[in-house]
Amino acid sequence: MNKTTKSNLITYGIVIGAYIIVEILMLTGNLSSHLKGLLVPMTYYAVIAVALNLCVGILGELSIGHCGFMCIGAFSSAFFSRATENAIPTVPRFILAFIIGIAFAALFGFLIGIPVLRLKGDYLAIVTLAFGEIIKNVINALYIGIDGKGFHFTMKSSMDLGMEPDGDIIVNGAMGITGTPHNSSFTVGIIVLLIALFIVQNLVNSRDGRAIMAIRDNYIAAESTGINVTSYKMMAFTISAAIAGAAGVLFSHNITTLTASSQYFGFNASIMILVYVVLGGIGNIRGSVIAACILYLLPELLRGFNTYRMLIYSIVLIVMMIVNWSPKVIEWRKKTFGRINLPWRRAKEVA
Amino acid sequence: MKKFNKVVSTVMASALAMAMLAGCGDGAAQSAGSGSGSFKIGAIGPLTGAAAAYGNAVVNGAQIAVDEINAAGGINGYQIEYKGEDDELNAEKSVNAYNSLKDWGMQVLVGSTTSACSIAVSENTKADNMFQLTPSGSAEDCVKYDNVFRVCFSDPNQGIASAQYISDHNLATKVGIIYDNSDVYSSGIYQKFVEESAGKNYEVVSAEAYTQDNNTDFSVQLQKAKDAGADLVFLPIYYSDAALILTQANTMGYAPTFFGVDGMDGILTVENFDTSLAEGLMLLTPFAADATDDLTVNFVKKYKEKYGETPNQFAADAYDAVFIIKAAMEKANVTPDMSVSDICDAVKGAMVQIEASGLTSAKMTWAASGEPNKEPKAVVIKGGVYVSAE
Repeated sequence: MNKTTKSNLITYGIVIGAYIIVEILMLTGNLSSHLKGLLVPMTYYAVIAVALNLCVGILGELSIGHCGFMCIGAFSSAFFSRATENAIPTVPRFILAFIIGIAFAALFGFLIGIPVLRLKGDYLAIVTLAFGEIIKNVINALYIGIDGKGFHFTMKSSMDLGMEPDGDIIVNGAMGITGTPHNSSFTVGIIVLLIALFIVQNLVNSRDGRAIMAIRDNYIAAESTGINVTSYKMMAFTISAAIAGAAGVLFSHNITTLTASSQYFGFNASIMILVYVVLGGIGNIRGSVIAACILYLLPELLRGFNTYRMLIYSIVLIVMMIVNWSPKVIEWRKKTFGRINLPWRRAKEVA
Repeated sequence: MKKFNKVVSTVMASALAMAMLAGCGDGAAQSAGSGSGSFKIGAIGPLTGAAAAYGNAVVNGAQIAVDEINAAGGINGYQIEYKGEDDELNAEKSVNAYNSLKDWGMQVLVGSTTSACSIAVSENTKADNMFQLTPSGSAEDCVKYDNVFRVCFSDPNQGIASAQYISDHNLATKVGIIYDNSDVYSSGIYQKFVEESAGKNYEVVSAEAYTQDNNTDFSVQLQKAKDAGADLVFLPIYYSDAALILTQANTMGYAPTFFGVDGMDGILTVENFDTSLAEGLMLLTPFAADATDDLTVNFVKKYKEKYGETPNQFAADAYDAVFIIKAAMEKANVTPDMSVSDICDAVKGAMVQIEASGLTSAKMTWAASGEPNKEPKAVVIKGGVYVSAE
């Protein structure tokens, strides 16, 4: 077993281990309902953090509109689930919803990539930022209904749909989609997270992954060795968008009201995901998962401090940033903790 | 670096495990909550962020009602314990807030304050069969489950009431509308208003939308209404945007009658807003802080003493909500040792029988659908104060 396989297995092990511990706690009734409610959001934020890390850490392109892809995945899948709620049984419908959500997010990732990834520089950041905002505003103006005659579509108002009295308005402008079936569960979330980890970690350690990282490290050198820069960039970015779409599917099937508003899919939400990635370590997939879980849990566990929790949360972010990345602190930590004889280190020395 | 990464991830993993264990500690306290000798009422609203004014009003208004009830001997002789939680205007956080209140032992929920959050939470109260009374969740879907009731008018009802009021009082022949199509509340009222306007004695001549991203310049929307010859402009929006609209209409020399709904309440408190511009503005509102009846005077005085500001309709709705719960609980004769589900069933049955009076209406009754039945009140601003429009 080589080093990377071992490291990958540790990541899966942490996720599966956390899952087993939580399941045991749940079965024995030791988990508060507050924490139970946090489990699914934790998984989808971890999934989108993994997706963004692929884009920012492995591909080296800054995306600050990743929640836009999450939004696409959420709305396309929620629309499908709402439209076919009575026609298809739950399990195949939810699987189809995943396929649709992922496909749409990937499609948009691909379309955005075509012009932007040919360029060098920070253009992707600018375009994804705009994309996230545009998608939000378009969905806010979208009205889609279904009745006996089929689908009705307009971008004006729900009256312009001209629906039959028995019609059902599925996407109602700013009101979004309400009544999406509640299908997401912790188990499904963990499965999606494991699949996302599997895809990303295997991609990173593959021939393609090495090509992608070569582009990140030195564009000219990579190009001169015959790597097709644009197509590898496209591949990584589309996969990243697709995984973000999967997070969106989990999101929309966890909460019954889905609105395309800033607090879920806006610029700030995208930056929050970027914070997870940066604090977890750029390019460190396992770190993203752990950081997403901790940073999502933290403000919730600090509820006892009322409004002070925002202050504490920001201080924790700053402290984490300094402890993780400041060269002086890293040096100091090595000096202080480097001498401590940890059991696994001893084992390694013996080996 | 590799080693350091390993150390960090170990530390983080253990922190995660610790966090989970910390959460479990809360779980143990859960069962102790019910069965004690007091009712536990929870409230949810945005206490931080852009809509903090609404959430704080709800949590504070309910607090005043709880204090009054406790001072007067409680519900059926039992005291009330009360706790408010923050949802940051985020449906996801609202469900988290609900779950954390549930761990605290909440038996009845006053909330959530805003529509989208209330709908998301109602999915959970339905599953747990907990009685939910939203003071201000006005979207239609908020009360789609039988365990959820509301105090305020629904958005559609406000749209219908506005259309009828304008028609019945012959206020206009041509109506222009400016609304926020990125807002659930505003577009909900707008839709029903237009539907209801068909066949009325006026005509809707312009309907212009804006969004929260471009709510600073309304000259285009106003110009369209002016060009179409609208003599009344209907503003189903919140007061902060409306203040800008009134100012800009004044600058361009356009002076139709402006007509608002309950979101307009608060326009006289906007900073740097020339309140003389609001002269003649009509609005449908359930609550006016300067009304002279004893109940309102008393409430406003207490609220000002405790929180240092004038209460708005959200505070009034929440205050009424707690008293409505009290009335229903007394009618159903529930005790704190009953399970959440039993309390819900009993209170649900009592809700359709009680007749409540409070700050927002002298007489309120409820249908099993959860909709309140009360008279809409219209006020007009004269000399800088609300005057009944009748």
